Amino acid sequence: MLNHLRPALVLLGAFTLLTGVAYPFAMTGVAQAVFPKQANGSLVEQDGKVIGSSVMGQSFVSDRYFQSRPSATVGPDPADSSRSISAPYNAANSGGSNYGPTSKALIERVQADVEARKAQNPSQPVPMDLVTTSASGLDPHLSPEAALFQADRVARARGLAPDRVRELVERTVEPRTLGLLGEPRVNVLALNLALDELGAR
Amino acid sequence: MTLNGWLQIAIYFAVLTALAAPLGRFMARTFDGERTFLTPVLGPIERGFYRVAGVDERTEQSWTGYAVAMLVFNAAGFFLLYAILRLQDVLPLNPQGMSALSPELAFNTAVSFATNTNWQNYGGESTLSYFSQMVGLTTQNFVSAATGVALLLAIIRGFARASAKTVGNFWVDMTRTTLYVLLPLSILLGLFLVWQGVPQNMAAYVDATTLEGAKQTISQGPAASQIAIKQLGTNGGGFWNANSAVPYENPTPLSNFVEMLAILLIPAALCVTFGRMVKDERQGWAIYAAMSVVFLACVAVSYWAEGSGNPLLHALGLSGGAMEGKEVRFGIANSSLWSVATTAASNGSVNAMHDSLTPLAGLMPILLMQLSEVIFGGVGSGLYGMLLYVIVAVFVAGLMVGRTPEYLGKKIEGREVKFALLGILVLPLFILGFMSIATVAPFGLSSVQDAGPHGFSEIMYLYSSSVGNNGSAFAGFTGNTPWYNITGGVSMLVGRYFMIIPVMAIAGALVAKKTAPASAGTFPTHGGLFVGLLVGVVIIVGGLTFFPALALGPIVEHLAMLAGQTF
Repeated sequence: MLNHLRPALVLLGAFTLLTGVAYPFAMTGVAQAVFPKQANGSLVEQDGKVIGSSVMGQSFVSDRYFQSRPSATVGPDPADSSRSISAPYNAANSGGSNYGPTSKALIERVQADVEARKAQNPSQPVPMDLVTTSASGLDPHLSPEAALFQADRVARARGLAPDRVRELVERTVEPRTLGLLGEPRVNVLALNLALDELGAR
Repeated sequence: MTLNGWLQIAIYFAVLTALAAPLGRFMARTFDGERTFLTPVLGPIERGFYRVAGVDERTEQSWTGYAVAMLVFNAAGFFLLYAILRLQDVLPLNPQGMSALSPELAFNTAVSFATNTNWQNYGGESTLSYFSQMVGLTTQNFVSAATGVALLLAIIRGFARASAKTVGNFWVDMTRTTLYVLLPLSILLGLFLVWQGVPQNMAAYVDATTLEGAKQTISQGPAASQIAIKQLGTNGGGFWNANSAVPYENPTPLSNFVEMLAILLIPAALCVTFGRMVKDERQGWAIYAAMSVVFLACVAVSYWAEGSGNPLLHALGLSGGAMEGKEVRFGIANSSLWSVATTAASNGSVNAMHDSLTPLAGLMPILLMQLSEVIFGGVGSGLYGMLLYVIVAVFVAGLMVGRTPEYLGKKIEGREVKFALLGILVLPLFILGFMSIATVAPFGLSSVQDAGPHGFSEIMYLYSSSVGNNGSAFAGFTGNTPWYNITGGVSMLVGRYFMIIPVMAIAGALVAKKTAPASAGTFPTHGGLFVGLLVGVVIIVGGLTFFPALALGPIVEHLAMLAGQTF
């Protein structure tokens, strides 16, 4: 037993220094030198101010913008910090709703959202991802259908021709990687930035 | 279900198999101490470690010496991590000013990482400092995985050697695994992930002002370095609370594909390593085949269930697979595949919320964990767990033909079979035991989020995950309570060490035996008949134990869902 103590303690110390200190710091150094943008969180700036990350989703609620998927993230209640309240797209506390498939709360929430979306656009079926919360609560994407579903509403709010907005969505769609991996999708922040430019021109 | 979805699954499995062979052969050479292309760089570091630690790499240990060395090393790792978590408020690299963890939470987390479980009762970005993540957790991610491989090497040597006394040197096996396998692969994967968009910095969280003028605080940190080893070492504890679903952990379909490969890569390759070390690679491929049969069957059921979607949502006018708790960039196929891969391995990272999976897709992870994580399984621990089932399988085959069972020329006798069954049966005892208390006691039921059969599944998932050393969760469940922190911690310890000790005892018994040459009456263990027998034993011994509990949880919920019932 005792003759194992020296190798145990020394190797634990050595591996802590190697894998817990040297490895992450060396990786940080290399990453900062080779991929500085990604290593610092792929932040997007406008007029010198950070407006978000191109990787992390954020909340859009106005009719003038394409709205992100519902998010189940929570944050501390400002009135009582021991309790938490709904705080969509809280990028400092990721999480999903975790509702089971037969949960009454889930079905009621989705039903309310479906009715609200139908009121905005009665002509198309409501896309699944537009009324379900993502796993992280920080999904930066919409399916192409969920973006197109909102195009008329956005065009109306901005006084733009619906065709121009729809064309913008179709240009912003990212296809499957190598035509194979993942699913086709639209980055909501990128789409909304392009939308602001479209209006400005 | 789409053709593209099935294609993505097929390509994943093909690439995994193609990578398993070369990595498995490389590991076999490394563990035998042969020179490889990494020796010129890492050899001096390896010898330096032995010198300061006072380890003689040529001195080997008996199975008891090996097991005690492992236990002392794991205990030291546990105490160090516990101390770091309790003291994180006064330690450096804490830009968000995180406070110290409570004693129960620190105990649960320290056990969780020392046993390679990586259950998260904490939320990474809201609870832990960068110092705790790096120095505490990243270190345990490496050494707990290396511990698993070392133990596997001991039992492999039990089969490979004849009339010997020693099973190897724990310090050497653990050091070589970390230096030559885990660290180089982590560096490659980590840099790949940064390229794809995973942060790697020591900065404070960023305050952004959105286009609509709202404020968003975006967490940062040295994430890529930890995520690389969390996948490769079948650890699975996320840098962020929502784990690999968080876009910062897993930003693109390509990062998802590669991380999913990393989850199963080393456990799959170790089958080949095993074959090499017992001088018959076909033996390793036979085990690989048995694992693959169960794995692919589970993937198919999961993707079918998920692709069919939730009729309760379809009744509201929606169509397609259920996207609650899933990310758009991954879609249904990649979420299904990941949920099976991460629970087949004892990884436990998630890219979709398992709690929101349709009932039969949610059953697959529970079943895989209850089979004691032997379908590829944890790094090292999956294969040594599977070898327990192999012993039972050849024993059953021996009974059927009335001959003394043999495996790889070693006679399998009463002692080995008893230890194998002990290692297999202690798991259901703790899963079902704790579960039955928690489902009737108020302190157990208060943590359940969903009513009805799903709530029962949530409790079953927790104990299956803890005992199986997986670490994933039906995360609606509140695991961070004194009862669950303590019983969960005990479950993880039992699941890890009550399996390890029988495995080591078997290694010690086997290594002393003579190797009998194969004869006409020897049951061949590299063919289809053996693969079928092994799969049957895994399903019957492992699966049927839990069938009544599974019927009360996911199966009842599936029928209720079809009948349109909510809870």
